[in-house]
Amino acid sequence: MPDFRDVFSVAYAAGLDGAGWLQQRRLEAAEAVGTAELPSAAEEEWRYSPVAKLSLEAYLPAPSGGTNGAAGAGDLLGSLRDRWGVLSALVVTFDGHLVSTQITPAAAAAGLAVRPLGDEPEPAGALGGVLGEPSDVFGLMNDAFCSAPVLLEIPRGARLTDPVAVVNVVSAPSLAVFPRLSVVVGDGAEAQVVNAFLSGPQEAFVVPVAELTVGPAARLQYLTLQELGPQAVGIEQTAATVASQGHLAIGLAAVGGGYARSRVDCTLSGRGATGDMSAMYFGDRDQVLDFRTFQNHSAPDTNSNLLFVGAVEDRARSIYSGLIRVGPEARGTDAQQTNRILKLSEGVWADSVPNLEIENNDVRCAHASSVGPIDEDHRFYLESRGVPPDVAERLIVEGFFGEVRGRLPVQSVAAGLDEVVRAKIGPGR
Amino acid sequence: MSQLSVEGLAANAAGEAILHGVDLQVSAGEVHAVMGPNGCGKSTLAHVLAGRHGYTVTAGRALLDGRDLLTLSPFERARAGLFLAMQYPTEVPGVKLLDVLGASLRAAGRSPVAADLEALLSTEAERLSVPAALLERAVNVDLSGGEQKRGEALQLAVLRPRIAVLDEIDSGLDVDALRAVARRIEEAPTEGLGVLAITHYTRLLGVLRADRVHIMIRGRIVASGGPELADELERTGYERWDRPAPAEVAVKLGRSF
Ligand SMILES: Nc1ncnc2c1ncn2[C@@H]1O[C@H](COP(=O)(O)OP(=O)(O)OP(=O)(O)O)[C@@H](O)[C@H]1O
Ligand SMILES: [Mg+2]
Repeated sequence: MPDFRDVFSVAYAAGLDGAGWLQQRRLEAAEAVGTAELPSAAEEEWRYSPVAKLSLEAYLPAPSGGTNGAAGAGDLLGSLRDRWGVLSALVVTFDGHLVSTQITPAAAAAGLAVRPLGDEPEPAGALGGVLGEPSDVFGLMNDAFCSAPVLLEIPRGARLTDPVAVVNVVSAPSLAVFPRLSVVVGDGAEAQVVNAFLSGPQEAFVVPVAELTVGPAARLQYLTLQELGPQAVGIEQTAATVASQGHLAIGLAAVGGGYARSRVDCTLSGRGATGDMSAMYFGDRDQVLDFRTFQNHSAPDTNSNLLFVGAVEDRARSIYSGLIRVGPEARGTDAQQTNRILKLSEGVWADSVPNLEIENNDVRCAHASSVGPIDEDHRFYLESRGVPPDVAERLIVEGFFGEVRGRLPVQSVAAGLDEVVRAKIGPGR
Repeated sequence: MSQLSVEGLAANAAGEAILHGVDLQVSAGEVHAVMGPNGCGKSTLAHVLAGRHGYTVTAGRALLDGRDLLTLSPFERARAGLFLAMQYPTEVPGVKLLDVLGASLRAAGRSPVAADLEALLSTEAERLSVPAALLERAVNVDLSGGEQKRGEALQLAVLRPRIAVLDEIDSGLDVDALRAVARRIEEAPTEGLGVLAITHYTRLLGVLRADRVHIMIRGRIVASGGPELADELERTGYERWDRPAPAEVAVKLGRSF
């Protein structure tokens, strides 16, 4: 029986380029991958997930050395610029290789640094400093096989007016890639970052890890844009920590992927820190979209507000499970968690599981979830005004997403989602 | 000339018979008022005509210019020229009134250009003293009762139906708004609009001249007359009309007449 560990092995990790510390780190993780098990749906964090159906042995590691497909990235960048407007910097990985890093002079002058970690002496804690020990084999695989980890540094007091975009493109068939990004926002600094994942129509296995460090009184807007192809499997993890009076807004826009999972761990570790999370997702055909969130309050007077809004159509499935964890030291916590799902077809399936774990009495926590079809009253009202049924449905779905779409971080980029959603709702509507 | 013709209409809601054979004829250019005690079935009649879910028609017909409305979807009924101003307009989160009207006009082949649409809407909004900001807000969401009714009136004016069922459009409207709505209805071209106005108040009939007044009791029209009927009602209340129908008495007595 072929086993993915035969290919995603210590030998493969050893063949990847990079400074000594990085190679060492990869080798240790690759050893661990060799004995790790795939998670099972019996584990709470993987409940309802079709993880057992994945056949990882079907994927190929990215070949080491350069890539000649990168030329194709040029067109993509042109179209992204049209869609997203002005950027402070653009970083592109193509089939697992870092192929382009551009920074505007203004952003460079403001202090933005984009550092490919492979070439650097070890920057303290840039990898694993926020995430800690990987919680599953996919995190370990990213540690072991991340071929081009990138660090974005926004130094103390720096203010970037335009977003930084990191775009990860997978083009070769059956490729497995392990994008790795660390973002460090210094004291009082402000930045917007987009981390985008795109792939073509063929199979792909995309396993990103992102770590976000928001310093005291710093502000970060961070948007993950998942536009993988319909055959791609994406298993993504974002871990963040926010220091005192810092503010982090994490957004997820997930419209692609065959099976696409996102896990977000946001830890409010300093007094008065704020962590908002929002997600907008739309699954159709046989897509499975899977979200796990952790709102960790480990300091007093911290505030988190989560709004995840999704639609499922055809035979698509969505899973949301979220945990608000309030530690004993986190008095004065205010935590909200809302999940709303619109079922657009009979054959869909949606799970919404909120959880609370509270160890302090002086807190305000609330969670709410709703799963259901389009409200017949809404449909009737619009139709009785002479709006055709298909248009009425489109207006209602767009209206359903309106609030979260307005709340997603990096609005200049999130605006592009309207068109993607419209296309998903269907040409007839 | 358009005509709404309701014949022997009977309907259930949640398995219970609410309408017991309603007959009404409304022609273009006419205003008919329907008055009746709470729960007698006025809104049920309005909803059944517009095709709202949750009702079952058990007998009768409702023809608009000869077409049986009851076989049509709510959209097709609107398309055929029927408009319903709801007693409790539905809140539709995130959907702008502007987009609703735009979509409706486009579907009707009217005013496809954005600039024309805007001009039309702002003209009508002004005539009805509706703040233009209402157009940019989600339909009925967080609007005051009166604002919702003004919104319904604005839609009536913009969509130009042949027959409009106005379910208590007057409740919640201030006196100026009520006048503006009545004026707007009267300004509809003479060959134009037929109105079925459900109301509790002669106040509406003070500003909107009704050709006919109908009294509905327990799912039936029990009396019809000129505007003087409303005045009489104002003096006497519903009691003198509120007698069980002979058939019901017969059932109670256990024999037929
Ligand atoms: N969907 C429904 N399910 C159950 N009962 C209903 C439904 N719709 C109407 N009814 C009942 O039918 C009766 C008539 O209701 P309707 O709303 O038509 O009254 P109305 O004449 O408009 O009253 P009002 O003057 O208070 O507006 C009421 O007893 C009401 O409870
Ligand atoms: Mg009523």
